[in-house]
Amino acid sequence: MTVEVLSGNHAQSEAVRLARVQVVSAYPITPQTTVVEGIAEFVASGRFPTQFVKVESEHSALQVCVSASALGARTYTATSSQGLLLMHELLHWAAGMRAPIVMGVVNRAVAPPWALGADHTDTFSQRDTGWIQLYAENNQEVLDMVLEAYRLAEDPAVRLPVMVAEDAFYLSHTVEPVDVPAQEAVDAFLPPRQGHAILRPGEPSRLGSFTSPEDYVLFRHELAAAADRVVPTLGEVEGDFARRFGRSLGGTVVPYRCEGADAVLVTLGTASTPARATVDALRSEGKKVGLLKLRLLRPFPESELRAALRGVGAVGVFDRAYTFGAAGAVATETRAALYGERERPALTSFVGGVGGREVTPSLVRRVFDHLLRGPEEGIVWSDLEPHRELETHG
Amino acid sequence: MARLTIPKEELLRPGHAACPGCGPALAVRLLLKGLGARTIVSIPASCWTVIAGTYPSSALGVPVLDTPIESTGASISGLRAAADALGLEGLTVVGLAGDGGTADIGLQALSGMLERRTDAIYVMYDNEAYMNTGIQRSGATPLGAWTTTTPVSASARGKAEPKKDVMSIVLAHRPAYAATANPSFPEDLVAKAEKARAVHGARFLHLFTPCPPGWKFDSADSVAMGRLATETGLFPLYEVEDGRLKITRRYSRLKPVGEYLSRQGRYSHLTPQEVDAVQAEVLRGWVGLLRREAEAGPAHDAPSASLLTR
Ligand SMILES: Cc1ncc(C[n+]2csc(CCOP(=O)(O)OP(=O)(O)O)c2C)c(N)n1
Repeated sequence: MTVEVLSGNHAQSEAVRLARVQVVSAYPITPQTTVVEGIAEFVASGRFPTQFVKVESEHSALQVCVSASALGARTYTATSSQGLLLMHELLHWAAGMRAPIVMGVVNRAVAPPWALGADHTDTFSQRDTGWIQLYAENNQEVLDMVLEAYRLAEDPAVRLPVMVAEDAFYLSHTVEPVDVPAQEAVDAFLPPRQGHAILRPGEPSRLGSFTSPEDYVLFRHELAAAADRVVPTLGEVEGDFARRFGRSLGGTVVPYRCEGADAVLVTLGTASTPARATVDALRSEGKKVGLLKLRLLRPFPESELRAALRGVGAVGVFDRAYTFGAAGAVATETRAALYGERERPALTSFVGGVGGREVTPSLVRRVFDHLLRGPEEGIVWSDLEPHRELETHG
Repeated sequence: MARLTIPKEELLRPGHAACPGCGPALAVRLLLKGLGARTIVSIPASCWTVIAGTYPSSALGVPVLDTPIESTGASISGLRAAADALGLEGLTVVGLAGDGGTADIGLQALSGMLERRTDAIYVMYDNEAYMNTGIQRSGATPLGAWTTTTPVSASARGKAEPKKDVMSIVLAHRPAYAATANPSFPEDLVAKAEKARAVHGARFLHLFTPCPPGWKFDSADSVAMGRLATETGLFPLYEVEDGRLKITRRYSRLKPVGEYLSRQGRYSHLTPQEVDAVQAEVLRGWVGLLRREAEAGPAHDAPSASLLTR
């Protein structure tokens, strides 16, 4: 294991090389580009023998992965924003064909108007496609998640594609020290993809054929059964990862100082970092607040989330995206998950950090103040005013 | 006695779901005879999605991957990449798409695949409309043809624009091999499939495939319709190898195109003047083809260094 200083995007490229991905296909879009450039450098230097198919669109990139996956290859693609939206039809094909593709998504705002900053609208709008969605908070998580994602995707109990999402610029273009595991250690954790080839040369067979309503529903039902096995399988994969590499990503939901909390804020991705710092600051002032970082958005870890929020008085959910005509996406999901509880906490939906706006400690403090004052209906837009002060996370 | 050159092996099995007299079914039956069993076929949304049978059966003796309608070029690039990565020796990768899935919505993916020199065969079976969705016009529908979206009335004369020239678009990418073929000329089609299989690089076949319900003719006449298309010069048979064009079915005299048009309901509204216009267009095309064949060398022979400034 060596410590390297890597951006989130280069953490993706490193992980893809270490995973011995056999077919890579991608199309450039800011801020994903350096993931693919990193892979191109590895291939050109001879360090990474992969089939690298440089396609003419994201749509084709994902089709290359779907088709290569059908023959049994381990595949990878990466994109952002508009590129992910262009893939939409193929996202359904990948999941429906149970193709264990891993895709890096650098979360970026969706146009119009054009914007490049971090925003989860792109991945949120793909929640129904059948992809597992994991969100990273830092670059170490990015690298580890990509490795875990292949184990999860290829597990016979799951066989579903996985998105590993990282926030634009806050991770994609920010460098951090990252433990890069040795190739042998990764090989032991992640053996070559086995027994997944659905189509085999010389054997008549078909993948994706026309079905009757009677058969179609069975495929959807199998998809649902696979979704149900994601959380337990991820638990096994993370357990094995922790044993081998001595670090754990901490499950589908990661509570921080939630014991006896009056108010807990639920976050996704990099907003968790300033939120954690703010929880520390508020706790030292005697305010009983906590943080719940969500790592898995699809399938939604309902019972884990419920257990983590049991007994909490007020829950705030911080969404880095506006979801049309509803509360924030994670807020809506969280509210639905809590419906099964006998004692339901009040829930407020905060939208902030949209389009790459910085989520500062003082913003999080305002959110907690709001939350402690009492619940509010609808959406609380937490940062509409122009940023005046330059702040540092601390 | 002439040797029977068409392989016996049937890779289109009984139980397929094609209409009687289906040109695409005839063409693929012959195509697979030429390509052999170590083939994998990628099929986008099209009549062939249905022809190949309904889950859980398959009418093809080779593995089949279904894809969205616009994906074929990318799909065969993915299959090729996986076959190379996994060391699957001697696998022939084939995309089988309709004219709509090729000339219109799949043109970008086709261009990408050709430009990348993907080692695969892209086959466009051309029934000259979106047939699976019920006979809507595609870019490959010919001038004047009736379809459900190019109806005929006092003021509307069927499709108002000429057929998209997909072969010229393909040839601009300089594929390793490209050919037109027609199931009414089985030996020619099978020979081209065999040749395409033997060549490496990006390959393209344009198959002419009459559609009785879409073109409004008797299903017993499919083979005759295909023969007429070539004998009138409307669909000439040729191949292009390394940029060199060769006509594989040559005629010193062509049949009048009216013989072909008059047998199809989709052209029944054409006036003698309109038929004459089609005839003139066909002759222009034929002469152009002869000229291209006669051109000294392939377009990409090394140019003389004297063309450069010093
Ligand atoms: C994105 C998308 N748009 C439209 C369709 C509907 N569709 C299914 S088959 C088809 C017709 C395809 O026509 P062509 O490629 O000419 O093949 P043919 O049906 O004539 O065999 C269409 C438009 C689709 N499946 N996907």
